[in-house]
Amino acid sequence: MSSVDGAALGLSAGAAAAVHTACTHCGLDVPEGYVERGAPMQFCCTGCRAAYAILHEHGLDRYYDFAERRGRPVRSSGRTFEEYDHPAFRAIHVRTLPSGLARVELYLEGIHCASCVWLVERVPLLLPGVARAELQVRRSLATIDWDPAALPLSQVARTLDTLGYPPHPFRGLRREEVRRGEDRAALVRIGVAGAIAINIMLAAIALYSGGRRMEPEYEQLFRWVALALVIPAIAWPGRVFFLGAWNALRARTLHMDLPIALGVGAGFLRGTVNVLTGSGPVYFDGLATLIFVLLVGRYLQLRGQRAAADSAELLFSLTPHRARQVNADGTIVEVPAEALVPGMTFETLPGETLAADGVVASGESSLDTSLLTGESRPVRTAPGDHVFAGTVNLASPIRVTVEHSGEESRVARILKQVEESATRKAPVVLLADRSAGWFVLGVLLLAFATWGYWMTRDPSQAVDNAIALLIVTCPCALAMATPLAITVGVGRAARRGLFIKGGEAVELLARPSRMLLDKTGTITEARTSLVAFAGDAAVRPLVLALERESTHPVAEGFRRAWEAACPALPAVERSEHVTGGGIAGRVGGREVAVGSPAFVSARASGRPPALAGAEGATPVWIAVDGAVAAAAALGDPIRADAKASIDALRARGWRVGILSGDAPEVVRSVAAALGLPPEECTGGVSPEGKLAAVRAALAGGRVVMAGDGVNDAGAVAAASVGIGMHGGAEACLANADVYTTRPGLAPLVELTEGSARTMRLIRRNMAFSLAYNVVGVALAVTGTISPLIAAVMMPLSSVTVVFSSWYGRSFPREAA
Amino acid sequence: MSVIFVVLPLALVIVGAAVWAYVWAAKHGQFDDMDTPALRVLREDEGAGARAPGEGEE
Repeated sequence: MSSVDGAALGLSAGAAAAVHTACTHCGLDVPEGYVERGAPMQFCCTGCRAAYAILHEHGLDRYYDFAERRGRPVRSSGRTFEEYDHPAFRAIHVRTLPSGLARVELYLEGIHCASCVWLVERVPLLLPGVARAELQVRRSLATIDWDPAALPLSQVARTLDTLGYPPHPFRGLRREEVRRGEDRAALVRIGVAGAIAINIMLAAIALYSGGRRMEPEYEQLFRWVALALVIPAIAWPGRVFFLGAWNALRARTLHMDLPIALGVGAGFLRGTVNVLTGSGPVYFDGLATLIFVLLVGRYLQLRGQRAAADSAELLFSLTPHRARQVNADGTIVEVPAEALVPGMTFETLPGETLAADGVVASGESSLDTSLLTGESRPVRTAPGDHVFAGTVNLASPIRVTVEHSGEESRVARILKQVEESATRKAPVVLLADRSAGWFVLGVLLLAFATWGYWMTRDPSQAVDNAIALLIVTCPCALAMATPLAITVGVGRAARRGLFIKGGEAVELLARPSRMLLDKTGTITEARTSLVAFAGDAAVRPLVLALERESTHPVAEGFRRAWEAACPALPAVERSEHVTGGGIAGRVGGREVAVGSPAFVSARASGRPPALAGAEGATPVWIAVDGAVAAAAALGDPIRADAKASIDALRARGWRVGILSGDAPEVVRSVAAALGLPPEECTGGVSPEGKLAAVRAALAGGRVVMAGDGVNDAGAVAAASVGIGMHGGAEACLANADVYTTRPGLAPLVELTEGSARTMRLIRRNMAFSLAYNVVGVALAVTGTISPLIAAVMMPLSSVTVVFSSWYGRSFPREAA
Repeated sequence: MSVIFVVLPLALVIVGAAVWAYVWAAKHGQFDDMDTPALRVLREDEGAGARAPGEGEE
């Protein structure tokens, strides 16, 4: 690695400064105040400056040769990442390799192109203790091997952060390992089965085309070659079917693998006998193709399910998993949330999520508990109050003494219920297996009957006809009809931001039933916005100036509504923040108070003008110089597409209702705005209540539950189909059968329509393969087709199903 | 025509070699990540000068 042409680099950056000054690191314009006259390097922000310094110092200036680089400034989180060095973190996320090095997988934000790969993989050059850094671009996942004795992991994390890739621990490392092994084994099996199938096919073509004109010694050669090839195909890739059949037999159940194993086994034995006696056909080409096609079908299905699960996992890795622990001497250290135990004290800053359940030790604030309760308005807390993990601190720092952490917290207990609900889904899967079992039983009985029938008429035909039946009824097309259509449909849906975790959900969403929607975050935007305002517009800059520093949702609502309209704000001379009341102060020489009616009435006289359209919203009064001048209402606005989407769903026959933890009067006003019948909409429901409500509704048929919060997680998991909405809580997404990465309710409409089309396609596939099987059975029973013809017919039906699935209409093909 | 007795086993040996190579590659993770290596190979440390330095003022 040579220290490269920094001078040439500087020159070009200097030349660019004549017109626009481009940032040396990210290439964006440098703001006027940041331009350093005459300096060769220009930076738009301190993040870019730090990133450039670290690259230049280690001679990695070649990064700037990339044509395609990050087109945005470096946004480092600036955190210390000290929780990465904590034993609890190590126990969960870090593995020790046999060489003594440690390995961690980190999910990196901001990965997007080739230059990112180059840069991340040069981290070992920046930090001598790091042995290897490897990036998977598609999953934004970096694997880091480092020497724990040489440097702490937090230093690696800080370096990545400085370069503009804030890391997050990737969970599920051990499962990943298992998966990787499974994937590789599946690929090996498919490859081997494919190679053998193609080569047997070559021998078979010679046999078919040669026919009677072929000299016997060549014919025998090709037969022996085919036999020699099919043995490894059955013993290696084909073994999975025999193992599956054997396990099913031992468990005394019937499984799809059983007729496959029987057909393959019988075909192989019969073919081998024919090779040895030198007469009759061999079926080896058909057998090998069968194994290959079945393996490909299974692999595709597996991949589709994993892609959905993967993207959910990456979302989870983004949620914070750390806490600021307060020691007895008052010092604060960052620890992983897992390290908190009862009795410890931790601090939560405004905007942060609480890491454990506990009692407020000091500090007054308000909390956003919507994750747990669905309540959209902030809840006041004071010392002595019980607070729960998963809620968000809004106003000012509080210190909390831990009562329950980790698995004992209320969130975790709700999650436990979720898991229980999830396992209770198994009966539906069992039903599918059982119907496959009946199919298997029918095929076996038919084959036996055919054999018995022909034994009485023409014993020389009996075995051949029974084998022809086993091969021709092979559930190959039948077995692929559903997974293929679903894989194609699910794949297309994923490209449109709808991640479906299994075929069952598609089936259940295809027919209209009952759909329950959460309110906060699902129907509404889950953020406080200005919904009504009446009074003097001149108060706007005064209010904005006062609320500028506040993280309270009301302040954010004002900022979102007015910031663009008020570019210049007066100076704040003094301000006082009363938790649960409002904010008052002196702005631009005038006394201003903004807050609840009670808070403002205590400081000013008069009443504001009446507000229209403010039902269910929080009233805020504004007073200037001792007189109430204006009133505003802040609430959680309904999403723009909610009404149209719900109407579309109801037009298709869905019975739509609301199940919300928010106050009943808020739910009533939302229901009225959407035109939903009030008896379908319930408010004030606890998370446990939601679960109970869904269970009760299940007694009357299928229920689809769509939600986004932890408070919905139990209900989402218990429902026939649970849908996790865009931006939802980890617990909810993890247990949803479907989740969407697009905001709004329109994806729900697309989901139900696409599912209905996919199911039509599946039914068409099934009808075709069943018809094929019926015809095949008739021909085999009557002895019209030989096993050879059966083996040729078999793949044809599969090919038809593949084409039908690929070109059929399910979910729209193009990306959203 | 009897050349087939030589050519056919030879072809099978070649197939065997190809299958062995494939299995080796699959087991060594060559198919684990199908996207990143394509980007990684674009620019290695050596062979500089493929592109003039000082780009990025787009």
